[in-house]
Order: sequence, then C-alpha cells, then structure tokens
Amino acid sequence: MEFVELIVNGRTLSGEVEGRKLLSEFLREDLRCTGTHIGCDTSQCGACVVHVGGKAVKSCTMFAWEADGMEVVTIEGMADEDSLGDIQQAFQDNHALQCGFCTPGMVMSAAALLDENPDPSDAEIRDYLEGNLCRCTGYQNIVKAIRSVAEQRESAAAA
Amino acid sequence: MYDFEVARPSTIAEAASALSAEGAQVLGGGHTLIPTLKNRLARPSVLVSVSRIDEMRGVRVENEKCLCVGGAATHAEVASSAEESFPALAWLAGNIGDPAVRNRGTVGGSLANNDPSACYPAAALAVGATIETNNREIAADDFFRGMFETELKEGEIITKVRFPIPDAGNYQKFEQPASRFALVGVFLAQFGSEVRIGVTGASESGVFRWADAEAALSADFSTEAANGLPAAPGAMINDLHGSGEYRAHLMKVLTARAVAAAS
Repeated sequence: MEFVELIVNGRTLSGEVEGRKLLSEFLREDLRCTGTHIGCDTSQCGACVVHVGGKAVKSCTMFAWEADGMEVVTIEGMADEDSLGDIQQAFQDNHALQCGFCTPGMVMSAAALLDENPDPSDAEIRDYLEGNLCRCTGYQNIVKAIRSVAEQRESAAAA
Repeated sequence: MYDFEVARPSTIAEAASALSAEGAQVLGGGHTLIPTLKNRLARPSVLVSVSRIDEMRGVRVENEKCLCVGGAATHAEVASSAEESFPALAWLAGNIGDPAVRNRGTVGGSLANNDPSACYPAAALAVGATIETNNREIAADDFFRGMFETELKEGEIITKVRFPIPDAGNYQKFEQPASRFALVGVFLAQFGSEVRIGVTGASESGVFRWADAEAALSADFSTEAANGLPAAPGAMINDLHGSGEYRAHLMKVLTARAVAAAS
C-alpha cells in the first residue's frame, strides 16, 4: 500500500492506496467522484480527463499514488454549490452534449485549453480535443460552446 | 493487472538501487507501460517511478548547440521549451498523441520503448543524439536495435538526452489517424552541407537512417533529388494501415516535403 496525500477539488485527503490502483478508479471507487467516466480505459477516449497539478491528464493511465502531493480537479470541482461553471453552462446552452458520457472529459479538456489559450480559434479547439471522443454530437456544438466561453470571458474581462 | 511494489525515488542513485531488485522496471509517463500492465502482458515485481527525480527533469540549451532534455521531461515540456531553440523537435513533441498524453509521456520512455512508429527515435538518429544513462553515454547510432529493442541493459535508466541542434531541421509525420502514431515519419537534419535522415514507422527493422537519401541530399539539397531517390532498401512494415510499398512511397514524399520546408 502507498501512502498518499492530495487535494481533490479543494479538499485535502490522505490515506493508503494499492499500488496498482488507477487514479480513475481511486476517484470513482474510493472518493465516489463518479463524474469522471471510464470509457475505453486505454487512454484514447478522454472521458476520464481530470487536472493534476493544473494539467489535463487521462486518469485511467496514471496510478493514484502518482498524484501524491498534487492538486486534482475533477468535473465535480467545476460547478459551484448550486450553479454550473461557465463551461458547463455553455455546453447546456449550446446543446453540446447528447448522451453526456464524454462530457466530463470534454469540459476538463476545454478548461485546460482555455487556461493555456484564452482565445482559441475553432481549429485550435478541434486540435486540443483530439484525445476526446464524442460519438453523438459531431463536435460542432462542443466547439461552439467553447468559443462562446472564450468570448464571454473576454467581454467580462473588458467590462 | 498483477500486483507490484512501488518505489518512488527522488535521486538517480536511489532509482538505480531500486531498479537492481529482481524484476524491477522503470515507470516514466506510463503511456505504454500502464496499458501493457492492464493487459497482463508484463509482470514487474517493482515499478520504479522516475517522475519525481528533479535531476531528470527540465529542458535547456547548452552552448547554443545542444538541447539537453531530461529523461523524465514530458512531450509537453519539450514542445513548449524548444519552440525557439529547436523548432523541428518542438513540433515533433507537440504532435505526439493528444494534449493529455503529452502531459504524461516522457522522452526517456519513448526512446527506451523504441516503438517502431514512435517519433523521437527518428529525431535522435537524424541529429546524432547522445543518450545518457546512469552508467554511460550511448550514441543514437548504437542505441536502436530493431523494433522495441535497444542497447539498454537491465538496471539502466535514460537520465538525459542531448540533441545537437541542426542548422536546419524538419519533421514530417504522416499520421495514422486512430493511434496518432506516425504511419511514416521522416526527420531531416542539416549540419552545414551534411544531411542526415531518420525514418520511423516504415522499416521492419525499426527506426533507421536512410543512407541513400542522406548521400543524395548532401550532394544536392533539392526536392528533385528527393523525388529521384531509389526505393529504400530492406523490408517495409506491411499491415492493415498500409502496405510496404505505400510506406516506401511515403518516405520519398515526406523526405521531399521536409527538404522543401527546411530550404
């Protein structure tokens, strides 16, 4: 067993985890943060994307103990107490999801993209989402939603 | 996956000592090893994580001639740090997998694994990189030994890679769209009039230097010379993604594109 101490969505946690426990399993099974989805479990689909140390990673391809000492943010950390985060709201407003399975990963990747590049072009958005697969939407509305967040944030900053 | 012990060293010396245990294996970014473990295709007794070893991190330019990359530096770090000093390598690093993969995958891991379609081996061969381990330095020309085989011995860790920065360089990758690996990748490096070409994804013997192309382009650096190259020697990878003939053709096309881009 490995001792870990990490901050998940602002909450400091410590305890022991099995060496082979994946971060995705730790989040879902031990912490019951089931918003992080496991789609392919082979680091291709991106449904399990979370932020570790401020960077988007596929939590199915990382052990829980590798996040020791780091800050982890999952989809549960994107909403306030009773309102959606701006990216989540934009996904709803733009009908950027249908079945919703890929959405947690899409939102986490979108958040990482906007941190790195606050004003991405459509092509940059598509490029950044290369590792997030959606089988419902055809991506059109996902790109639209992310663009709308960039524009909202820009006009909020200008105001 | 099978159970294993974990070692989390903070120095190269501690890592080397942990790695001397029977059946111990290095864990870099884990983007090949973890899927392999999930499929029970490997059963290490101990996984020695190198991601918290500070002396294996970082990307820096040495004497304006060499890009020194820590063995545990990620693709994302190379992509952002080498943008000015060695743009061809930065482009290569920034087009591996997807952003989340690039935040975890490491240079040392890619070279040690020597996947026949990986990008870094082509660059390492083309620029004549030096691979440093905890024991010795290995020239890229001696390092790669066919598909998934390298010169690394048991207990050896890639601690640093020194990439000489060419006067002109370019990487052309024809991407296999599902895996985002190179169906064929050609790295061209020019030092003075000497041209060196590393090719990945094409040969059944893994990454290689294309001697005929190097000779022809060192004599005449033009797309015409690239287009006039003879077919590459040796057996090409022949699989559902492309025939050997197709890959041989791609090599020529990509080499010509690299010449045009580097001119």
